[in-house]
Amino acid sequence: MSKLIPSAAKLLSGATVSKAAAPAVVASKTNYSTKSESTFEIKPYKLHKLDKGPATSATLTSEDALQLYEKLAVLRRIETASGNLYKEKIIRGFCHLYSGQEAVAVGMRAALRDVDSVITAYRCHGWTHLMGVSVLGVLSELTGRRTGCSRGKGGSMHLYGRNFYGGNGIVGAQVPLGAGLAFAHKYRGDGGVAFALYGDGAANQGQLFEAYNMAKLWDLPCVFVCENNGYGMGTSVDRSSASTEYFSRGDYVPGIWVDGMDVIATREATRYAIDYCSSGKGPLVMEMETYRYSGHSMSDPGTSYRTRDEVQEVRQTRDPITSFKEKIIASELVTPDQLKEIDTKVRKEVDEATKQAKAEAEVGPEELAGDIYYNNLENVIRGIHPAAPLQHVEVVPRN
Amino acid sequence: MSSHFTFFPDEHKPIEGDTTKMNMMQAINNAMDITLKTDSSAVLFGEDVAFGGVFRCALGLQEKYGNDRVFNTPLCEQGIAGFGIGLATAGATAIAEIQFADYIFPAFDQLVNEAAKCRYRSGGQFDCGGLTVRAPCGAVGHGGLYHSQSPEAFFSHAPGLKVVVPRGPISAKGLLLSCLKERDPCVFLEPKILYRAAAEEVPTASYEIPLGKAQVLKEGDAATLIGWGTQVHVLLEVAQTAQETLGISCEVIDLMSILPWDEETVCNSVKKTGRCLVAHEAPLTSGFGAELAATVQSECFLHLEAPVARVTGWDAPFPHVFEPFYLPDKMRCLSALEKLIHY
Ligand SMILES: Cc1ncc(C[n+]2csc(CCOP(=O)(O)OP(=O)(O)O)c2C)c(N)n1
Ligand SMILES: [Mg+2]
Repeated sequence: MSKLIPSAAKLLSGATVSKAAAPAVVASKTNYSTKSESTFEIKPYKLHKLDKGPATSATLTSEDALQLYEKLAVLRRIETASGNLYKEKIIRGFCHLYSGQEAVAVGMRAALRDVDSVITAYRCHGWTHLMGVSVLGVLSELTGRRTGCSRGKGGSMHLYGRNFYGGNGIVGAQVPLGAGLAFAHKYRGDGGVAFALYGDGAANQGQLFEAYNMAKLWDLPCVFVCENNGYGMGTSVDRSSASTEYFSRGDYVPGIWVDGMDVIATREATRYAIDYCSSGKGPLVMEMETYRYSGHSMSDPGTSYRTRDEVQEVRQTRDPITSFKEKIIASELVTPDQLKEIDTKVRKEVDEATKQAKAEAEVGPEELAGDIYYNNLENVIRGIHPAAPLQHVEVVPRN
Repeated sequence: MSSHFTFFPDEHKPIEGDTTKMNMMQAINNAMDITLKTDSSAVLFGEDVAFGGVFRCALGLQEKYGNDRVFNTPLCEQGIAGFGIGLATAGATAIAEIQFADYIFPAFDQLVNEAAKCRYRSGGQFDCGGLTVRAPCGAVGHGGLYHSQSPEAFFSHAPGLKVVVPRGPISAKGLLLSCLKERDPCVFLEPKILYRAAAEEVPTASYEIPLGKAQVLKEGDAATLIGWGTQVHVLLEVAQTAQETLGISCEVIDLMSILPWDEETVCNSVKKTGRCLVAHEAPLTSGFGAELAATVQSECFLHLEAPVARVTGWDAPFPHVFEPFYLPDKMRCLSALEKLIHY
């Protein structure tokens, strides 16, 4: 198996290199793709109060295809690693995996510009990585180590990064924050769009409707993204929601339904949304229909409220990675070998980060009293301690 | 998982008769079962309650009483509380489960502004006394910021509510049955680490443990140690160790009811011992220990040999990686007790 990165591999198109040190072997021409572009049909969008939706077909270059595939693969691998770390009791507390939903984040991220912002709920490991945090930064946050993107102090639900306003633990609470982020974009005139993600369960929280109203009232560049994965914990959508047409639940806010298992669809829809919102038309609701393979969190086996067959069926027929893989291979944009190379590289990267995330130290106990306030007027954190009080420490430099 | 306390099962039986070994989850289930059976107006609802709720306290109740009496709600705490208040105002016994006490804050307005004030503001014409809101609270070893909080003090500031915290299976069943019968809205906070911590021989019949009354679990003369929920077990162990290592005998009180709390039992004890230590997991400032300390100093002033000691969580968010440093564990309590004794 070649260890070349795909772009370098492309330069050598037509030949492959076997394991380092081993002598090169001549391989068939099909090892690397020959087609540079291909166009794909997208499952029709459903529209709410919109005349025209996103493009129903999209063109990918082979480089696009490889990049999207790699991101999908990294996200899946991060979650596999997280699940294992949890089982080893190295990740403690609550841990929610994103496996099955990767196409939502990866497609959206591919359309986002540097100026856009994102906020989501607790299923945030993959998003954090896509927004620029290293795999190590993600995994060591989960293991509570100092190299974590929140210094290990947030844990699985509280990852942050540039333009990424976090994983949030309180269901629904992040959505009005998204409206606030959108107002800031508008106020600053930076042209950015804020994306606020939430689940089908969260869709029933009252504060969402408060946020929709503010966003429409003030025409904010805000996209409310409902990741409909079929369940809020153990409750299926039709047992929790009077209307499961989440894309229409903003009423006066226009909406789009998107096949959230298709990374091309999520990318196109996001492009459309950016265009719509940044041209001053106000907010949108975007429902991404998707599926979560694991239980709600690690303490839920995920089999008491749905059948194993249901999960199996989605894996076999709609898996965001497998289906994308089949598409790009069939269209000859990429070859199976190229994808295998990516798989190997991704596995190595995540495995190394996993090892490191176990080996890192935690921050010192003094950080129990770190960054509670910007300016702690007393310097000492109140509480009872037999030896000494805790000093408030400013871990992040103040300016 | 190693926890920060040792469970001390209740020795005292509240009533005579048959008993069954139950953990706290089963005891709570049993109390709701009894209520659903004997009170035809009783309904139970909350997120995922249909299949038992995340801690399985409602296990099997939907099969037994039907989905018009035991049902799932959407994920909307403010709505759940408001719905429960309306239902109770119309005369039902409404049992609302909030999945974690950390998620009760979206319902805070409904509970504090609607439930608590309903009777008063209608001049006694209306009330929502049939409402009991149950929520799992407290540290569980690895819950982090949003699966660990103890919000009892917030609710203690809302006259009109009753706030109750059990310490184990026997007290949970009796106190919950009292809350369900009580004609004022109750917030029943269940220390989640106790659900499966240990079992007790719980009376099979229905029984009530009065609200507003504390229990003296161990008599002593050197100091009064006061806690509620999980902390009671920490304090019982502290008392045991103090007996062994310091040769002193401490009185241990489980407050059980936070609002209204049992001033008489507490003050009588402190007048006897002359020393008082209060411990709770919630942060120090405006924790419920502050209320106890203030009352004890005004009621027992001339009996006190030392200032009232409080051992509590820090004035910091509940931490992800530092839970052992955060909790008012045995060592911290013991050390405060020594200071109290040698003041
Ligand atoms: C206010 C609040 N209530 C309850 C919870 C507990 N809880 C966490 S996730 C969840 C289900 C959310 O489902 P959904 O919005 O569909 O998101 P998904 O987990 O499917 O990604 C619940 C009930 C919480 N974190 N916050
Ligand atoms: Mg969901």
